[in-house]
Amino acid sequence: MTDYRATQERDRGQAPGAVSPAPGTGGTDASAVTPGVTTYPAAIAGGEVGGRPSSLASDAWADLRRKPLFWLSASFILLMAVVAIRPQLFTGQDPYECDLLNSVKRPSSGHWFGYDIQGCDYYTRVIYGARPSISIGILVTIMSVIIALVLGALAGYYGGWVDTLVSRSADIFLGIPFLLGAIVFLNAFERRGVWVVALALTVLGWMTLARLMRSSVIQARDMDYVSAARALGASDTRILVRHILPNAVTPLIVYATVTIGIIISAEATLSFLNVGLQLPSISWGLQIQDAQFRFESDPHLLLFPSLFLSLTVLSFMVLGDVVRDAFDPKLR
Amino acid sequence: MGRYVARRLLQMIPVFFGTTFLIFFAVFTLPGDPVRALFGDRRPPQEVIDAIREKYGLDDPFIVQYGKYMSNLFQGDFGVTLQGRDVLDVLSEAWPISIKLAVAAFAIEVIIGIVAGVLAGLRRGSFIDNLVLVSTTIVVSLPIFVIGFTVALLIGLPLARNGILPSSGVGGGWRSYVLPGFVLASVSLAYLARLTRSSLSENLRSDYVRTATAKGLPRSRVVIRHTLRNSLIPVVTLLGVDLGVLMGGAIVTESIFNIPGIGRTIFQGIQNQEGSLVVGITTVLVLIYLFATLLVDVLYALLDPRIRYD
Repeated sequence: MTDYRATQERDRGQAPGAVSPAPGTGGTDASAVTPGVTTYPAAIAGGEVGGRPSSLASDAWADLRRKPLFWLSASFILLMAVVAIRPQLFTGQDPYECDLLNSVKRPSSGHWFGYDIQGCDYYTRVIYGARPSISIGILVTIMSVIIALVLGALAGYYGGWVDTLVSRSADIFLGIPFLLGAIVFLNAFERRGVWVVALALTVLGWMTLARLMRSSVIQARDMDYVSAARALGASDTRILVRHILPNAVTPLIVYATVTIGIIISAEATLSFLNVGLQLPSISWGLQIQDAQFRFESDPHLLLFPSLFLSLTVLSFMVLGDVVRDAFDPKLR
Repeated sequence: MGRYVARRLLQMIPVFFGTTFLIFFAVFTLPGDPVRALFGDRRPPQEVIDAIREKYGLDDPFIVQYGKYMSNLFQGDFGVTLQGRDVLDVLSEAWPISIKLAVAAFAIEVIIGIVAGVLAGLRRGSFIDNLVLVSTTIVVSLPIFVIGFTVALLIGLPLARNGILPSSGVGGGWRSYVLPGFVLASVSLAYLARLTRSSLSENLRSDYVRTATAKGLPRSRVVIRHTLRNSLIPVVTLLGVDLGVLMGGAIVTESIFNIPGIGRTIFQGIQNQEGSLVVGITTVLVLIYLFATLLVDVLYALLDPRIRYD
């Protein structure tokens, strides 16, 4: 599934971040040969740069600020992040405190989401289900971004055999359909916790990000400011880290946002197929799996975890979309 | 072009071996013991275990097992399942069903996806455009099993009660494939609609469209003959990537709708630790996937003369 966005990115012809931002302000320790580069991280963090809102990032921020979809998705993600970090804030109950007498009771005013088959308060279970899902999404994305940064930058900058090695390895991993590969890999583990699932998904999912990074490094590599830096005697490491990476990283970050959503969805699918997280872990996928054979008699068991899962995935996807649009100069 | 295809075919060889090696590694270094799994709770005599391990070569070093397997494979021998059935037999039983499902999904995807994309792309910002955008975003974000349940519950059940469409299994002829095909197609359909939309609306602003309009051609001809044909070129690349999605989606869809195709077979194989079955099916899938990607790249160059690989 992850391949689609890469195709789209490729079809746009030009990665948004590869376009060099307008000349910087020189407010920080910017050397004259690296216009734009030094202002870039600052621009991402702060929005306006020294009263000259002309850089790509500050334009993008100005654009984003006016978009209701941005605020909607960002605030839902923030909410779910708080839920994942401190579920106790949202429910006073223990998710493992269940009473079989309450089994599959319907939603009521005291218990909005009703009870599950074991008689656990379903609202509490759904709230506690956020943490594993979101941690896997974020863990996998962080690990994949690190792999993509290193491999993509090396392959794109040095080319030659490094590029061949990285690209062919990516091809090998891309040859395995994502879901199929994840099922095969995960089935090899008898005990599957958050880390095992996260590692398996990273092994199978880093390629798209690495390819994206590689192509945007290749685009940045031939820019004039890189030649200028090289003419002034900057080392490869310095050129790569100080000049190329800041200009090439934007598409990676944008796509990483979308990746979080894709991974959360994949984790739920795997748990649903019984090869992801295992009981007694609490996860939306497991809840949906539990509810699948009762969807006629007790639809609420299927509805609530599906709703939270879908809204979370949707928010990450929408956020990625609006941020990409904001950073894509072709759409201006 | 010929040189490009030759180079791609050569590149495919290490990718094929790398990918199958990975799958083989994951399947056959499983901590679980397939022989024990075969007997369930009962513990067979040690001699029986030894005989089975011997027969399936389970005691050979890993790399030897892989080599043997691959050399058998090239002689058309996919091995036998632990129940003693030929893997090719199992495959040939499940293939036709999965192919029918894939064809149904593909047809639904192409028809609805392109029509929705064209309607949205023709009038950017209109009600239809927004409808398509919102609905595709939602469909893309929903995990496929959620879509599957929603369709099975909200559409499948009422239809099945009235006897219009069967809600599971493949007993009802082509009708059995409508709902699962729709579910399987949903995600790709959404991407296809979006790509068609953006590609079409981009092309509508181009010079040749203005020229065609200025010549006085009717709008339908401008859109269909001039714009659409150009806009569908990137769509072709999407369809290739699609195959991988269809394969993954088939596992979930076939489970939900109880369809005895490749997806369900491979999933059961994985759960029963049927190593040779899993590796056999996966190898075939990987081959199809690799050739489809190549075909799409070649097709892309044939359709768009601006793209040259050599």
